[in-house]
Amino acid sequence: MKHFVKLIRPYMVWAVVMILVPLLLIVLYSVTTGGNDLINIQFTLENFKKMTEPIYVAVFVKSFQLGLLSVGICLFLGYILAYLITKFSERVQSLLVLLVTIPMWINTLLRTYAWICLLSDNGIINAILGLFGLEPVTMMYTDFAVVIGLVSDLLPFMVIPIHTSLCKIDHSLHEAAMDLGANRFQTFWRVTFKLSIPGVLNGIIMTFLLSISTFVIPKLLGGGQYMLIGNLIENQFISVGDWNFGSAISVILAFIILIAITSMKRIDKDEIEEE
Amino acid sequence: MSDVLIELKGLTKNFDDQQVLKGIDLKIYENEFLTLLGPSGCGKTTTLRIIAGFDEPSSGEVLFDGVDISKIPPYKREVNTVFQKYALFPFLNVYDNVAFGLKIKKMDKSLIEHKVKKTLKLVGLEGFDKRDVTKLSGGQQQRVAIARALVNEPKVLLLDEPLGALDAKLRKEMQGELKKIQKEVGITFIFVTHDQEEALSMSDTVVVMHEGIIQQVGTPEDIYNEPENRFVANFIGESNIVEAIMVKDLLVSFDGFEFECVDKGFKENECVEVVIRPEDIDIVKPEEAKLTGTVKSIVFKGVHHEIVVETEHRDYMIHTTDYFEVGLQVGLKFGPDDIHVMYRMDWE
Repeated sequence: MKHFVKLIRPYMVWAVVMILVPLLLIVLYSVTTGGNDLINIQFTLENFKKMTEPIYVAVFVKSFQLGLLSVGICLFLGYILAYLITKFSERVQSLLVLLVTIPMWINTLLRTYAWICLLSDNGIINAILGLFGLEPVTMMYTDFAVVIGLVSDLLPFMVIPIHTSLCKIDHSLHEAAMDLGANRFQTFWRVTFKLSIPGVLNGIIMTFLLSISTFVIPKLLGGGQYMLIGNLIENQFISVGDWNFGSAISVILAFIILIAITSMKRIDKDEIEEE
Repeated sequence: MSDVLIELKGLTKNFDDQQVLKGIDLKIYENEFLTLLGPSGCGKTTTLRIIAGFDEPSSGEVLFDGVDISKIPPYKREVNTVFQKYALFPFLNVYDNVAFGLKIKKMDKSLIEHKVKKTLKLVGLEGFDKRDVTKLSGGQQQRVAIARALVNEPKVLLLDEPLGALDAKLRKEMQGELKKIQKEVGITFIFVTHDQEEALSMSDTVVVMHEGIIQQVGTPEDIYNEPENRFVANFIGESNIVEAIMVKDLLVSFDGFEFECVDKGFKENECVEVVIRPEDIDIVKPEEAKLTGTVKSIVFKGVHHEIVVETEHRDYMIHTTDYFEVGLQVGLKFGPDDIHVMYRMDWE
C-alpha cells in the first residue's frame, strides 16, 4: 500500500488550490472591509456585527425552521422507503435504489421548473382540482412549495444511507429477537432501528447541510422576495456586491453546520455506549 | 425417558422446486439431549428452524405438548435458539444481551437481575456483565448466546451448529460444558451438527439425516455398532462395507467364505451389506484366518495405525496399535458380533 501514497499528491495540490485557498480567502474577506481591494485591507468585525440585525437573524431562523422541517419529512418518508426497499430480493433492491437516485441525474433547475408546472395557479394540480369543480389553490411562492421542492430534491440523500445501514444488519439478529419473544414491532424498534441509527444520522447531516445552503429552490418556488441563508449570500455576492458581508454569513453558516455535525456524531456515540 | 414433548409428523419442506425435507417423523422426549446429524444439505437445520418457527413446513405437523404449533410465530413458542454465529446484539453489553428476553416480557427489574446473574454464573461468565460482546472471544460469545437463550427458561433449547466456529480444543471443552448445563437445567436440547464425534459424545439420542430423510434414530452406541444402512455406517466413522448374501439366519457369505454372525430376520439368500469397523478386525498369521492378504500401506494416526490390507476381492481398513511391515502376508480375523448386517440401499 505504501507506494500508492505518492498518488495522493496531485489531489493534495488540487485540494489546496481549489478548496483551502478559497476558504482562507472567505475567512479573510469576512474580517476585512474594501471588498476585492486586497492591497489596502482593514481588519474589522463590522461584518459579523451586521449579522445581529433582526432582519438577518430572521433569515437565519427561517432557514433553520424550513431546513429542519424538510429534514424531518425526508426522514419520515425516507426511512419508510428505505425499509420497504430492503424487503425485496437483492436484484430488485439495486433496481429500486437506482430509481431513487434517477432524479439526481437531472439538473436541479429543471426539476424545480417541473414543480412550477405542477404547483402554479394554472398548473397541472389545479387543473385536476378544477375537473372536480374545486377552487384553485395557491401553492406557488409559499413555504409549502419550498418544502416540497426541498424534500423531493433531498430524499435520495436520506434513503441511500439508511438503506445501506439497513442492508448491513445480519438477518439472524431479527430471528434472535423474535426467538427471545419480541414481536415484529418490538424487533423493529429494539434491533432494526437501533442498528440503522448511523445511517439515519448520516442522512440527517447530509440533507440538513444541503437544505440549509440551498438557493435555487427557494428562489424559484418561493419567489423573488423569499430569503433563506443561501439567497442572502447569493445576493451579497451578485446583486449587492458586498463580498465582505457575504463572506461573514458564509463563515457563520459554516460554524453552525460544524457544531451541528459534531453534536450529531456525539449522539451517535452516546447512543451506542448508553445501552 | 419420560413423556413426548415434541412430535414431528410427516414434515416436508420445499424451497422453490427443491424438496429439502421429504417426510420427517420424530418424537422428542423431555430432558433428552437429541442430536440431528448429517452432512450439509441434509435438512437438519431446516428441521430445527421449523421447530423454532423461522420456517413454516410445506406440509406436516409440529406437535408441542400435543398441540400443533406449525403456524405459531417464533415469539410465542416456548423454545429458544442458540444461533450458529451467536447473533448477539452488538449494541448491548453482556448483561443486556442476556436480559433482552426478560425485558421484552416486562419482568420486574430485580427479578431480571437475579435471573441474569444466575444464568451468567451457570455458563461460567460471572462478572462479565458490563463487557462489550463484540470484544469477547468466540468461546465467551458462545456462552453469552447460551445464557441469553437459557435465561428465558424454555422447555426446549435449540442449538444450530453452535460449536462450528470454535477451535478443536475449545470445542471439546464446550461439548462437556453443554452436556453439564443440560443435566443441570434439565430441559430438552436439540443439537444440530455435521460432526459425528460431537454427536456421539454428547447425545442421548442421535438422529442421522441424509437428503431430507431420517436414516436412523438411536442411542450413540446403536448408531455406531448397528448402523441400519451403508450411509449411516459410512457417515459414522470409517468402515469396511462389503456386499454379501445372507445364506440363512446367523450365517452370511462374502468374499468367497461363509461367516457366522449374530443377525437374523432376513430372507434366505437375501442380498445385504455387511459392515465391519476397522478396530474390530484383528491382524493375525495367514493360517489362522479365512481372509488373507498383504499389507498395502500403514499410516500412523496418533493413538493407532491405519493399515490397509489388500485381499483377493477388496481392500480392508484396520485400526490397530500394532505395527506391520508393508508387503507382509497377514490374515484378517473378526468374530460373529463384529459383523453387522444391513439392508442394501438401492439409491447408491
